[in-house]
Amino acid sequence: MIEIKNVSKWFGDFQVLKDINETIEKGQTVVICGPSGSGKSTLLRCINGLEPYQEGEIIVDGESLSDPKTNLYKLRQKIGMVFQRFELYPHMTVLKNITLAPMKVLKKSKKEAEKKAMELLERVGIPDKANEYPANLSGGQQQRVAIARSLAMEPEYMLFDEPTSALDPEMINEVLEVMVDLAKEGMTMVVVTHEMGFAREVADEIIFMDEGRIVERGTGEEFFANPKSERTKLFLSQILV
Amino acid sequence: MAYNFDWSVLWRQPYGTWLLQGLWVTIKIGLFSWIIALSLGIIIGTLRVTPWKFTRFLASAYTEFFRNIPFLVQLFFWYYAGPMLLGDRLGHAINQIIGLNYYVAIFALGIYTASRVAEHMRAGFASIGKEQYQAVLSTGMTQYQMYRYVIIPYALRVILPPLTTEFLTIFKNSSIAMTIGVAELTFMSYRIDAETFHGLEATTGAMFIYLLLGLTVVRIMGFIESRFKIPGMIGR
Repeated sequence: MIEIKNVSKWFGDFQVLKDINETIEKGQTVVICGPSGSGKSTLLRCINGLEPYQEGEIIVDGESLSDPKTNLYKLRQKIGMVFQRFELYPHMTVLKNITLAPMKVLKKSKKEAEKKAMELLERVGIPDKANEYPANLSGGQQQRVAIARSLAMEPEYMLFDEPTSALDPEMINEVLEVMVDLAKEGMTMVVVTHEMGFAREVADEIIFMDEGRIVERGTGEEFFANPKSERTKLFLSQILV
Repeated sequence: MAYNFDWSVLWRQPYGTWLLQGLWVTIKIGLFSWIIALSLGIIIGTLRVTPWKFTRFLASAYTEFFRNIPFLVQLFFWYYAGPMLLGDRLGHAINQIIGLNYYVAIFALGIYTASRVAEHMRAGFASIGKEQYQAVLSTGMTQYQMYRYVIIPYALRVILPPLTTEFLTIFKNSSIAMTIGVAELTFMSYRIDAETFHGLEATTGAMFIYLLLGLTVVRIMGFIESRFKIPGMIGR
């Protein structure tokens, strides 16, 4: 369970997060949407400790991220993350990208790590790309490798930061399909995205953020059917065509 | 009176052997100091970007110290003052070492060039996007693992072209070792001049030997570059 309690964060004088409260239960998929600069990506990075926050508390499975005794490196092993621009290691093959952390962090043998990597590549539909370098893959394929790389650590949570925003339209679905499957299999997911079709299909809760605040939250249907705030209505009217 | 060219000083004995001996010393100084420069440079360059203020300070102090003092001055310092800094007994013992000037040349050139390698490393790290670092950390790796397994190998590939230049420079700078009496290539060409008064031929010979050595290094590095290039990034 991820508990976010009264979290505020500043970049210098600028407050990016304002008193954020949210609880994400095991097995839930939470979608965060909102205009750019609303703080959604920053909030995501606070959850795995890539960004510090100044006020409040984030607790993952009982461990507070702001507690100096918490081993962030250890905690991150169970929180996978997928980035907008994939961030594969360009100098390593797909297989090495996926096996590196399991071998170095979990001390798995090469054989064991590669077996798991091939299973994951099978699952995301590109086992034939194992020995390619990232540059030889399409954006959609790279993002699926990135998902496989995160899953190789067998995380309990997955964070997605606009995973389809850098993709050509025809590649978006191949990535979304993988994510829908994950959600349906019971992975706990926090997804920053503007893919409202995805949100409608799998989100247990949708959060709308603006200017560092959670403006509105709701389950899939009620969020789209009757948004309460004017800001949400405006936003939805612009992205739902 | 016209000058009588005598190119045979380049191969006549004992001069031909002198040049070869000089070349061999030049190659050894270059290679050994490069090993020091590369390993120390990678460490110092990495410490400069770590999240810890103190190590960052130490690493920048190192870099600024060594890259802002002329190499000749550094070489003289280590050779003449270095042993004395270590106190009477140890200093005296060190001064007894046979071939001390050769070792000092390797040491001085190595730690000087390390400061330059460190700066290239910093540029390499800066060329890697912030989110790449975050991606590595998000898989649970520690800072050490992140640099060791992903970021340093990545940065080294990015900075291979300027590293080639440094590697070439280290062979050229090794000629300065003659000022403390190391019998490397330049020293030997002067020695031939002193014996035969045919310095023009000897220096020209040395020049072409350096050129050949440099071109060989460029070829080797070119091979390494193509072998380690990042697909889709450099080496078009």
